[in-house]
Amino acid sequence: MTTLPPPSERKLGLVIDLDTCVGCHACVVSCKGWNTENYGAPLSDRNAYGAAPEGTFLNRVHTFEVTPETGPPQIVHFPKSCLHCDNAPCVTVCPTGASYKRADDGIVLVNEADCIGCGLCAWACPYGAREMDPLEQVMKKCTLCVDRIYNDALPPEDREPACVRTCPAGARHFGDLADPESAVSQLVAERGGFDLMPEQDTAPVNKYLPPRPRDQLASPALPDLAALCATPEDAPAGFVGWLDRALERL
Amino acid sequence: MHPAPSLILFTVLSGMGFGLLVWLGLGLRAPLGLAAFVMFALGYGLAGAGLVAAAFHLGHPERALKAFSQWRSSWLSREAVLAVVTLIVLAPHAAASVFFDQPLPIIGLLGALLALATIFATGMIYAQISAVPRWNHASTPFLFVIAALGGSAILAGLRELAIVLMVALAVAMVVHWWAGDQRAAQPGSDRGSATGLGVLGRVRLLEPPHSGQNYLLREMVHVVGRKHAMKLRALALGLGALLPLLILALPLGLAGLGLALFAHGVGILAQRWLFFAEAEHLVGLYYDSR
Amino acid sequence: MPKTPSLDLAPRPGDSVAKTTCYMCACRCGINVHLKDGKVAYIEGNRDHPVNRGVLCAKGSAGIMQHLSPARLRAPLKRVGPRGSGEFQEISWDEALKIATDWLRPLRETAPEKLAFFTGRDQSQSFTGWWAQAFGTPNWAAHGGFCSVNMAAAGIYTMGGSFWEFGQPDWDRTKLFLLFGVAEDHDSNPIKMGLGKLKARGARVIGINPIRSGYNAVADDWVGITPGTDGLFILSLVHELLRAGKIDLGYLTRYTNAPYLVCAHKGPEKGLFLRDDDGKPLVRDRATGRALAWDSPGISPDLAQGVQIGGVTHLPVFRHLADRYLAPDYAPEAVAERCGIAPERIRAIAAEIARVAFEEEITLDQPWVDFRGQRHATMTGRPVAMHAMRGISAHSNGFQTCRALHLLQILIGSIETPGGFRFKPPYPKPPEAHPRPHARHTAGEPLDGPHLGYPLGPEHLLIDEDGQPKRIDKAFSWEAPLSAHGMMHMVISNAHRGDPYQIDTLFLYMANMAWNSSMNTSAVMGMLTDTDAEGSYRIPRIIYSDAYSSEMVAYADLILPDTTYLERHDCISLLDRPICEAEAMADSIRWPVVAPDRDVRPFQSVLLDLGARLGLPGMVTEDGSPKFRDYADYITNHERRPGIGPLAGFRGDGTGKGRGAPNPDQIAAYIENGGFWIDPIPENAQFFKPWNAAYQEWAVARGLFDGPQPYLFNLYLEPLRKFQLAAEGHGHRQPPEHLRDRLRATMDPLPIWYPTFTDAETDPAEFPIHALTQRPMAHYHSWGSQNAWLRQIHGEAPLYVSAAIWARHGFAPGDWATLTSAQGRITLPVARMDALNAHTVWTWNAIAKRPGAWALDPRAPESQRSTLLNHLIGELLPPKGDGLTWANSDPITGQAAWYDLRVRIEKAARPQIQPDAGRQASPVPPAPRDLAQQVKE
Ligand SMILES: Nc1nc2c(c(=O)[nH]1)N[C@H]1C(S)=C(S)[C@@H](COP(=O)(O)OP(=O)(O)OC[C@H]3O[C@@H](n4cnc5c(=O)[nH]c(N)nc54)[C@H](O)[C@@H]3O)O[C@H]1N2
Ligand SMILES: Nc1nc2c(c(=O)[nH]1)N[C@H]1C(S)=C(S)[C@@H](COP(=O)(O)OP(=O)(O)OC[C@H]3O[C@@H](n4cnc5c(=O)[nH]c(N)nc54)[C@H](O)[C@@H]3O)O[C@H]1N2
Ligand code: SF4
Ligand code: SF4
Ligand code: SF4
Ligand code: SF4
Ligand code: SF4
Ligand SMILES: [Mo]
Repeated sequence: MTTLPPPSERKLGLVIDLDTCVGCHACVVSCKGWNTENYGAPLSDRNAYGAAPEGTFLNRVHTFEVTPETGPPQIVHFPKSCLHCDNAPCVTVCPTGASYKRADDGIVLVNEADCIGCGLCAWACPYGAREMDPLEQVMKKCTLCVDRIYNDALPPEDREPACVRTCPAGARHFGDLADPESAVSQLVAERGGFDLMPEQDTAPVNKYLPPRPRDQLASPALPDLAALCATPEDAPAGFVGWLDRALERL
Repeated sequence: MHPAPSLILFTVLSGMGFGLLVWLGLGLRAPLGLAAFVMFALGYGLAGAGLVAAAFHLGHPERALKAFSQWRSSWLSREAVLAVVTLIVLAPHAAASVFFDQPLPIIGLLGALLALATIFATGMIYAQISAVPRWNHASTPFLFVIAALGGSAILAGLRELAIVLMVALAVAMVVHWWAGDQRAAQPGSDRGSATGLGVLGRVRLLEPPHSGQNYLLREMVHVVGRKHAMKLRALALGLGALLPLLILALPLGLAGLGLALFAHGVGILAQRWLFFAEAEHLVGLYYDSR
Repeated sequence: MPKTPSLDLAPRPGDSVAKTTCYMCACRCGINVHLKDGKVAYIEGNRDHPVNRGVLCAKGSAGIMQHLSPARLRAPLKRVGPRGSGEFQEISWDEALKIATDWLRPLRETAPEKLAFFTGRDQSQSFTGWWAQAFGTPNWAAHGGFCSVNMAAAGIYTMGGSFWEFGQPDWDRTKLFLLFGVAEDHDSNPIKMGLGKLKARGARVIGINPIRSGYNAVADDWVGITPGTDGLFILSLVHELLRAGKIDLGYLTRYTNAPYLVCAHKGPEKGLFLRDDDGKPLVRDRATGRALAWDSPGISPDLAQGVQIGGVTHLPVFRHLADRYLAPDYAPEAVAERCGIAPERIRAIAAEIARVAFEEEITLDQPWVDFRGQRHATMTGRPVAMHAMRGISAHSNGFQTCRALHLLQILIGSIETPGGFRFKPPYPKPPEAHPRPHARHTAGEPLDGPHLGYPLGPEHLLIDEDGQPKRIDKAFSWEAPLSAHGMMHMVISNAHRGDPYQIDTLFLYMANMAWNSSMNTSAVMGMLTDTDAEGSYRIPRIIYSDAYSSEMVAYADLILPDTTYLERHDCISLLDRPICEAEAMADSIRWPVVAPDRDVRPFQSVLLDLGARLGLPGMVTEDGSPKFRDYADYITNHERRPGIGPLAGFRGDGTGKGRGAPNPDQIAAYIENGGFWIDPIPENAQFFKPWNAAYQEWAVARGLFDGPQPYLFNLYLEPLRKFQLAAEGHGHRQPPEHLRDRLRATMDPLPIWYPTFTDAETDPAEFPIHALTQRPMAHYHSWGSQNAWLRQIHGEAPLYVSAAIWARHGFAPGDWATLTSAQGRITLPVARMDALNAHTVWTWNAIAKRPGAWALDPRAPESQRSTLLNHLIGELLPPKGDGLTWANSDPITGQAAWYDLRVRIEKAARPQIQPDAGRQASPVPPAPRDLAQQVKE
């Protein structure tokens, strides 16, 4: 299983809109909630109320500051979970076959029953998308909510990842990125979606939409109507002249 | 990367063990009887101890057998398979040497090649990780192989060979650091490409995703000071290769061998500690606030 | 080879779903609680719910951890150690209720004002206020005074509504959105959903905030304004719009008091409106040139010319307004430096507002009829929306700044029009339609009326013959005449000083007043433990209801432990702070979806029990037995006015909307309906609500008010002028001498800007820096830290320091800083942030914890690497040497001026949190070490 399957016909993944993400961490916690209760062992928290708590999260939101050549610095909230790479190095390094990429939809998963907890797959992932659960000692990663998206115990509209369903700003989108007609592919095409670390040749399925250009407002200043009036040097008086005429026209 | 004692011990001990098995297999050191027993026991023991140490790194050592399944793609699996195959293949040669005073050179040769491959595979476990640029080049497996052969040559009392290998090891270490420094300086990825925001401007982490600890930080974002690293490199090079070289060159007999082995052992532990501690994982790009 | 793993692709989140309302914050989203075997397994948003439409924030998703918090109290507590120590004994409810009754009964019988009952985060204010009124104490309020009363009061007084529960931007249509001083706000998910909608449409968002995080990070344009100067910036925008004539004159004429004539005669009427004999304000009719009642049929009101009476010209409001804001003082150049915004930028923003408002107007094909009976074929909107919150309101010039913002919105004609800002029922509701405040108390009797309200002049102040405040918080006194939400932040300080009088029992509910909700926290902890000459506590008794082991628990004498939000009935009522939408009326409930596993009781039920034991009117039947079984019974059967109760839905036979007899099955109907009730506003009534005849009719039918009440917006706020007149020496009620100048200067009937008191009185060399806090989206005040999932996100809060300050002080990563204000000193770790106003530092609000609180390890980063800015913020301004106390509050509403803070920064010598709050003993057992939460079926 550890060898990668031939490219799948469908490539399910997420599109994350960095223009819209407000950094609220809703996706982080709802992911924790769903995946603690479902898929394999609970995502545990060591030292939960102590001096140095350490828990497993499959999705984390970083905050970056970007300083352009000109203009004020910007802040970008940056959610990151497994990108379900086409060319997933985390899968090929796995000695047990616990890590695998599904042949039909491209989702990268860990079969916890087979995982020896060697950690090598986490090393192989350049994105930091895998975490060893501190209590269960098996590798944890984003499942793309495989147990939601095909879940016929859920109403059809809920068959999407927990993080997507919960995102209040609508910054997360889920769909088939192999289908150029899908809403996510269209979004990627329109907004110039990009890969993280393309140079690592991992061929991520998940895409990121860039923040739109910031601080571009440059409306020309409003003309001074007092100048059009009788006494431009006395603005209020000029203003009253304008006002009188404007009221006449009402 | 976090310099886990289990991994340091694993690479050092198993390297030493399989290195010794190379010499024993090749017959360059061809003891018979009790001497053979001692030597093979040492080889098997060290290799085994290394594997046991490695098991300490596993979250689920009880499932370790599963690790033999993925030799087609996984260097870790290959290493495991090769290790066991080596130990099995060499067994008749060892038994014949110990009990029948009759080495089996063909099997020995095969076993030696397998042992060599095992060491190489160990190196490849690290060299294949492109997310750790400092490891991700050819000098990594070679360093592992040379270190293993060198250390075990001392252990086997192959003085001349050991002298040559100590020189080679010194060169290999320096080449590995040099190549590693190059790769680390030019990892190919930066905060800009990691976030895709580089096109907009200079990227800096403002807030980590969690103020709490996490596995990634503990495991992969380990920072050693540069000055510290330089001292340790000197230590590794000095104790690991140069001092043993000097001692071996002096006519000190068995005591010399022991001394050289001790120095080499300490040096190579330092080298391994640094090997992990100095290696920066690309995930650091997401956590680094510089 | 490993087998192809068999996956369970269809796990059930639970075996049943209970739909109730979130209470991880005050936003009140609908949640689906998935239960397994009666245990909470997973919480997600309710897609049908009007507030959140299925989404859920981080806090909401972490509700399960709040419910399972190790900090939860287990039983009533009686203090056994000294106050503040945290040493308690668990007692029975019988004993707890007996203690409380024994303390309260004599007070009610002799001096009900000696009970001060103040409530914090709760959303049952109409209920707790009703209880306090029945008890007879004038000393009740909720927390609005330290929260955002400037925003609320400025909105109500100016236009009959404000933001959040009062109204919302027209997210679906707006094309330009300006967000002032918001980090998170109450409308937590709706704002995010709204921003998402704007982003999806590519509409422009402008964030005005010294800090560019959160919403301001996604804003297309960021205006990193200098704190406390928004009023000036806004009035400069007004200047620009006026200068260019980019104002909606038709709107101003029809819907505002812009044409009202202002009396110019010297004397007690000066500045009041000219009125006819019926008291109706007069306007100049352009057709006849005569002053006529504003609502005379067929009139064409003038905005430009005044009328001459007795040789004196009386100008319309609009002329006063134009004269003031066209003055060069408000030109972009004049304000740029103060605000820290380049003049070109101010101009560009004004021009963009004008462009979108007047060139991209929206027209809906929706006829409607206004209150004058005039038909309009369409609804035309100016798609510029604005929203603001505590960044502009938590300043001592906040009321006027909020007024200025509303002025701007009204001038462009965007309020209640498509694409602009829309009210939510029961708003719009002008100040006149709200009650006046009451404080007349009589031993053994209920109070003479509701505590809080909207004064319309000095005659409504709650002061005695000597001008002394009647309330312990001095609300509605000359110190804060329009303090519509009370002044909770002054209660402890005043009670400790015995100013204006001593109290006996301080009764607090759901407010962490010994910690993050107090100004001057170190001193407040001292006041709560301070003793008089005999060694008795200066504040003799403290009763507190909390659900968790908070800092405040340690300072109370008697603790009434509450349930969690999943274990009790709550009522999110139209009488209170409803969850309506601009196009619908709605309310909701919480109900016990799980039973408490410990000896805790819902506080509202406990309060009813207490009320019955005290025999309070409305809470006992004629034979003296309790009238209500519990809070659920009250929710169902209580009536405020005949047919109007806490819940508006499913009344009478189950079909009653707004009005109707109590329905015994009402709560069941709510549960059946997903925990809420919603009733859409008819299409033709959805905009122009204050003037829309169809809306007014609908609102009357729904019981929102009893007769149509159309009104005009108060560009010019006459009640303020009445206070000014008093300050000028007119009228019977006169302010104390020391307040005259301030009242005259600040109670201007047209919006003004003045520097915050702290800015005005601070030596900029001594305290050059502004220090702010922001709400983290993933924490709610002090609650988040007990939550194992949330505390990993924000377990510590460094001080973010601007690049300029960072460089000037040579900070390096890992450094600590000491901040000094006129009030105190704190030491905490620093971090650099460039996207920040150069003169500003900030930290996350309320992450810091007292060691020992919240069942956390005392070495937790919350107490070892975080501290509160509250230690630096005085509830009083530094003494001026006049022997008087001056509140650090807005002079009009009493709003706590949190964000006026000025500090100085130095590199700290030692990396150690200061001040050391000492350790409190924990009344709950130690928390478990590790967690692996999963409910197995
Ligand atoms: N520096 C600074 N200080 C500030 C602010 C600021 O911006 N900066 N903001 C101020 C503002 S606007 C506010 S509103 C205050 C908020 O401050 P508080 O009103 O003190 O709010 P919380 O910290 O949430 O504390 C509420 C208390 O209610 C308890 N509680 C939680 N759930 C329940 C329950 O179900 N039942 C009961 N009975 N109790 C419960 C909690 O345990 C906690 O002790 O902080 C103010 N303080
Ligand atoms: N997640 C979460 N949500 C909450 C709460 C919570 O604790 N957590 N608390 C709730 C409560 S009680 C309240 S009152 C609301 C408050 O909601 P907000 O009003 O959003 O409250 P703050 O976090 O105080 O944010 C104030 C913002 O104003 C900015 N600011 C400060 N001074 C100025 C100024 O002079 N000008 C301008 N333009 N901006 C300024 C600050 O940088 C900050 O971004 O949030 C509610 N919602
Ligand atoms: S929930 Fe949405 S907006 Fe919030 S952090 Fe996640 S992606 Fe960003
Ligand atoms: S993001 Fe990392 S864990 Fe996920 S598929 Fe790619 S390499 Fe593997
Ligand atoms: S940790 Fe588990 S999944 Fe990862 S490589 Fe090791 S065995 Fe495979
Ligand atoms: S897809 Fe599911 S598992 Fe992946 S980040 Fe989202 S919620 Fe977590
Ligand atoms: S905003 Fe979040 S915490 Fe607040 S009510 Fe909604 S889901 Fe709950
Ligand atoms: Mo608040």
